[in-house]
Amino acid sequence: MGAGHAHKLYRHAHSPVHELPPHTKLAAVLGFVVVVVSTPREAVWAFGLYAVLLAAVAAKARVPAGFLLKRLLIEIPFVAFALLMPFVVPGQQTTVLGVSLSVPGLWGAWNVLAKGTLGVAASVLLASTTELRALLLGLQRLKLPPLLVQIASFMIRYGDVITDEMRRMSVARRSRGFEAKGVRHWGVLAKSAGALFIRSYERGERVHLAMVSRGYAGTMPVIDEVTATRAQWARAAALPLTALLICLLGRTL
Amino acid sequence: MHVPDGFINAPVSAAAGVVAAGAVAVSLRGARRELDERTAPLAGLVAAFIFAVQMLNFPVAAGTSGHLLGGALAAILVGPWTGVLCIAVVLLMQGILFADGGLTALGVNITVMGVVTVVVAYALFRGLVLVLPRTRRSVTVASFAAALVSVPAAAAAFTLLYAVGGTTDVPLSKVLTAMVGVHVLIGIGEAVITMLTVGAVVAVRPDLVYGARGLTAPLKLRVGGELVDAAPAAPATAPAGSPKKLWIGGLVTALVLAGFVSFYASASPDGLEKVAADKGIDSKVEDHAAADSPLADYGVKGVEAPRLSGGLAGVIGVGATLAVGTGAFWVVRRRRTHSETAA
Repeated sequence: MGAGHAHKLYRHAHSPVHELPPHTKLAAVLGFVVVVVSTPREAVWAFGLYAVLLAAVAAKARVPAGFLLKRLLIEIPFVAFALLMPFVVPGQQTTVLGVSLSVPGLWGAWNVLAKGTLGVAASVLLASTTELRALLLGLQRLKLPPLLVQIASFMIRYGDVITDEMRRMSVARRSRGFEAKGVRHWGVLAKSAGALFIRSYERGERVHLAMVSRGYAGTMPVIDEVTATRAQWARAAALPLTALLICLLGRTL
Repeated sequence: MHVPDGFINAPVSAAAGVVAAGAVAVSLRGARRELDERTAPLAGLVAAFIFAVQMLNFPVAAGTSGHLLGGALAAILVGPWTGVLCIAVVLLMQGILFADGGLTALGVNITVMGVVTVVVAYALFRGLVLVLPRTRRSVTVASFAAALVSVPAAAAAFTLLYAVGGTTDVPLSKVLTAMVGVHVLIGIGEAVITMLTVGAVVAVRPDLVYGARGLTAPLKLRVGGELVDAAPAAPATAPAGSPKKLWIGGLVTALVLAGFVSFYASASPDGLEKVAADKGIDSKVEDHAAADSPLADYGVKGVEAPRLSGGLAGVIGVGATLAVGTGAFWVVRRRRTHSETAA
């Protein structure tokens, strides 16, 4: 836990976006993504405007473009899938640079690429401007079952601990001359995974006992309730509402 | 594979979200019934474990490696309720914190990778354990079979969702054969790793393995040369229930699923090469690094796949299979809770 509670995507800064209450941001991102997904794919310009909207939010949040673009790489496997579509989807064919491509396949690829990229970009913006604990509080505020939020918070809190434990096991294996080369070594790795499970579970038991001894009875007291003023809601809603407007325009045009 | 936004259309995503929310709600109640107020720390730590173990690389050959998906492992180690919760939380956090998987596709991801995997794996595991002799070996054998089937079952469930709400009309037979064919091979890796891991845990702390709860022999005391049953120490609340129903349900599930899987396994000619490619893709996916050559391979696979037979009949078959699996599981569960409340 020495590494602090910031996750990898978070970028510490002070900006209007950082300071919005977490649940308003969560709701805004979810609304935005829903709008994007339900936009007809023929309205190409609408997706361009969505990208401009996100860029504006990123600028406001002082998230550098390079940072955002690097995080978008997570999408790559699906880019590959999308690029495949023009070749496998049957239907009307068109010829681009001497290669025969299917028109519905091209539309499908565009659809997945545009919507997927915008979704990832929105999530990355959310994650890079919201602290972990704030995110969990926001989820709780959005009426996610408290037990689920507790489980998520334990997972986040102890994720680093368990990962470190795994790394120590790996160091121990390697310092004894072990090198996993192929299927033959799966037994050793699986024993490590088994040991990791036992250590995690036993740590869970210890954590529970420690909590019980401090008066835990199944619920966590909420000591810092997050609240949002109407102005903050309005500011957060600017993103999905503008997107909705674009979407409606896209549907009618 | 985390499904991104825009892959499945909005209504089906929403429906999957409802299914996922329902499953999580049921699992929350189930887990709380089993673990009381221990639920949060234990499920949280197991979720952290699943998250970590997905990063453990298992080398296959020549630079490629794979990793656990963890659904079957979670189901066997901590039981279906906590298992669904853990996977759902891992997916939720991956979606929100790491932008891995779209937010609107969260329901799809949880339904496919969490609910279907865990339910299929656990139903099959339970059935096999009841049929096989009560030994540690049968626990590992059952976990092998459960993990083996759970991965292609999830792929088939994804295809089903894609058939209903896919945004592009890729021919279904292509999607099904590509998805299931590829995932049968991933499933073999998953099965071996799950079996070895469960075996490792059973060897050290069999009491921690939810799926092996029936195995512990009752404690006996030797009093004056006679073996006497010791006073039972707080009997484990889980198993019991109605074995016959469970037995038949499990057997039917196993037979149907096994037949289905063997059909696809035998229909896949170049096993080794595919494993290598898939495992390559898989590790790349998880590393979020730029994926180079294996993906190109994946494309070729996708195009080649139509040679394997499949089609709508397959989808219907899969649907029926899943229905039988889940149905058997639910009947058994309900019966058990009834008998518990009656008692």
